[in-house]
Amino acid sequence: MSEQRSRSEAKTDAATEVEVPKEPSMLLQKELISGHFDKLAEAHERGQKVVYTFVPGNLTELLLAFDVLPVLPEINALQAGMRKKSGAYITEAEKLGHSEDVCSYVKCDIGMARTGLGPTGKKMPPPDMLLLSYTGCFTFMKWFELLKQEFPNAEVAMLHVPYQGDGIVTAEMRDYVVKQLRTEIVPKLEKLTGKKLDEDKLKGLLERSARAEEDLVWVLESGKHHPSPIDGYFGGVFYIGPIFTAFRGTEEGEHYYKVLREEVAGRIARKEGPITPLGPLNDQRYRIVVEGPPNWTSFREFWEMFAVEGAVCVASTYTKVGGLYDFGFRHDPTRPFETLSDYCLGCYTNLNLPSRTGMIAKYVKDYQADGFIVHSVKSCNSFSAGQLLMLREIEKRTGVPGGFIESDLVDPRYFSAANVKNRLESYFQMIEQRRRGGVGAASEVSP
Amino acid sequence: MRSAAEIAAVCEEIVLDVGLSCVLRHRAESGKKAIGFLPIYAPREVVEAAGMLSVGVLGGGDQIEIIRGDAYFQSYICQLPRSVIEMGLSGKLDALDGMLFPAICDVIRNLSGMWQLLFPNKYVRYIDVPHNHDWEVGGKFYVHDLRELGRGLAGVSGVTPSDDRLREAIALHNENRRLLRALYDLRARAPHLVPTAEAYVVVRAGYQLPVEEHSAIVREYLEAARVSGRAPLDQSRVVLVGSFCEQPPLGLLKTLERAGCYIVDDDLVLGARFLRGDVDETGDPWEALARAYIAHGSHTSSRYVAGEQKGEYLIDLCKKRKAEGVVFCAPSFCDPALLEQPMLQTALEAANVQHTSFRYSENTAQFQAIHEQAGTFSDSIRLWSEDQ
Ligand code: SF4
Ligand code: SF4
Repeated sequence: MSEQRSRSEAKTDAATEVEVPKEPSMLLQKELISGHFDKLAEAHERGQKVVYTFVPGNLTELLLAFDVLPVLPEINALQAGMRKKSGAYITEAEKLGHSEDVCSYVKCDIGMARTGLGPTGKKMPPPDMLLLSYTGCFTFMKWFELLKQEFPNAEVAMLHVPYQGDGIVTAEMRDYVVKQLRTEIVPKLEKLTGKKLDEDKLKGLLERSARAEEDLVWVLESGKHHPSPIDGYFGGVFYIGPIFTAFRGTEEGEHYYKVLREEVAGRIARKEGPITPLGPLNDQRYRIVVEGPPNWTSFREFWEMFAVEGAVCVASTYTKVGGLYDFGFRHDPTRPFETLSDYCLGCYTNLNLPSRTGMIAKYVKDYQADGFIVHSVKSCNSFSAGQLLMLREIEKRTGVPGGFIESDLVDPRYFSAANVKNRLESYFQMIEQRRRGGVGAASEVSP
Repeated sequence: MRSAAEIAAVCEEIVLDVGLSCVLRHRAESGKKAIGFLPIYAPREVVEAAGMLSVGVLGGGDQIEIIRGDAYFQSYICQLPRSVIEMGLSGKLDALDGMLFPAICDVIRNLSGMWQLLFPNKYVRYIDVPHNHDWEVGGKFYVHDLRELGRGLAGVSGVTPSDDRLREAIALHNENRRLLRALYDLRARAPHLVPTAEAYVVVRAGYQLPVEEHSAIVREYLEAARVSGRAPLDQSRVVLVGSFCEQPPLGLLKTLERAGCYIVDDDLVLGARFLRGDVDETGDPWEALARAYIAHGSHTSSRYVAGEQKGEYLIDLCKKRKAEGVVFCAPSFCDPALLEQPMLQTALEAANVQHTSFRYSENTAQFQAIHEQAGTFSDSIRLWSEDQ
């Protein structure tokens, strides 16, 4: 399908599973990730150590410098969600005594851990180490304590990353993280692998990270073009995949971002929009900024609800959970520990509410957005608590209307398609009314 | 001499007064400003050394109607932040010149930012207690943070928290902590003398009183309880776990006891008893506070302790308090409590300690189901111990 289908046509078959061409970089990305799961399945047979850690504030370069393989439990959970397996895992965890009130990523992961398999159905090796890099969410801490019960032989290393309560990173905060890297994390990795840290290798990895980060930022900022050549939320989650997971600092990672950049540059030159599940989105009626993580169990359906309206997400906060590169941060190989520390401290989930609010308001202006949507997920207090106030503040500061929708990450019970669709439709209608000079009350869609 | 029940009644009045009139009165009498703090633990000594009153804010309980608060939080977020917002927006916290938000969970953490947005003229500080307990690393970081807090507070009050002033505050709080330990010990030894609904309000009243005044009340209550002549009942002995932040309504605590459970330890108003030992009154007082946090901090869900065997402290506590069972009593949607619970349950099962669980919110008004559940649990404990 080369042309974007008409909206009415798309509306008719939006619910049916029509295979649409993917962006070539998406295929490459998929290959990278499934290759990683393949490598993991045989890691222990090869004698390679496996470290479980988290996305926000991950220390991928440091892990790769020790030749250990990272496993990101959130990625496993979201992959399971996209493959529609998470519901069963969550039920399993709830049977084990986990509350329905808590983060579904954790329950999905615990349920999956019991099977010994990863989201692709391949064997998932147990962790040799649980590296708790604690950026921006208390649930992470509990999550690894729970995993420690599942895998009692795993070594545990904890990196406490202080929160940006005052919206800044102080020298003391940085020093605290650096000291922990030197006295806790590196010695434990050295013990685990029996190797001394090779600083030159680490620097080489960081250098490659910085180059890939440059390309990523270029891609994310291409959302400022009209039409936007990317979808900075739904497409964005693919774009961040390699750099937020096991591929930052690797040659494959660097290559991926080159390919991605070329692909996006081509679309800019041709004045094309991104490819969505409904085909290329060239006729873009609404430019939207999105706050909050996506829903994974109905990811495609969710995206279609935007695409069918001609809404393109020009920027999002979720694509910053693993690094705030568009505000200037790059890994700096000349000061490896300090740069890792700055990276951890700077992730989106570690920002306080005023900073998050300011950031979204800035995106609305810089990306010339018609509106912004807060997708609030039940699982995640870290994201969700305070979002309603943020919504009001951003409306006040930017003058553009905010929309509010609720669902969950990987618990299919909390994705009510009809509800989300209704809300989105009335939200877009309201923007339309405003354009025509009518009165569109934000309160129609924002509680 | 006032009876234990009379003293508790006075404390109850203070606790239920969400308008903080007692804090307003102290402000007026002393000319001091006041700083609030949210659960769990905040170093109150620093606030007092800076010449201000420190006031614990534990939510509005069942005392306030939520009108605005619900518009700030989704339905799946616990009750405490919405009632705190309600109190803030309706002027009930006007007695406070600033607010401290200790690191406990993502909700309180984000509430600190909401406060910054909603009350830009008030002092707001997030207190990042260290999860790394190596003195040279986490210890030093925390000392720096405490000093920063001291500087910030001095900016509010105009009083520098000198080392001497801080040592003085530490001594007063040490005494208070000793008295609260004595209260908990007495209740564990003779729970019929110290009903939990009384112990709870006696402890919690300290969140709104100057520490010396509170210590005097606890001392008086202890003496009165000892001679109260209350008769023991044949009840089971349980430890209550999970209520460290949002507090259960008083009615719930009374229900548990009426249903046949003597609560012989709990984590209610945990911040008041967070440090389980004294803080050193000599030497550098900032370091002393940090060392005490690392050495004597309570085991609770939001505090990371390297190498901790989950549930070990709870099993030890049950032994120490001769408890026969554990009641998990956590607020709905409380991530820290509810994520911790399965780990503690596993440990209790391995140690053969019975447990039951339910959830509440601070404004729960119906206790019938809880009464039945607690009654059945208490009966089963007693039958079980007879079988043993
Ligand atoms: S609470 Fe949110 S940030 Fe934390 S683990 Fe769950 S989804 Fe991730
Ligand atoms: S009740 Fe639990 S979730 Fe709510 S603020 Fe307190 S600790 Fe956080």
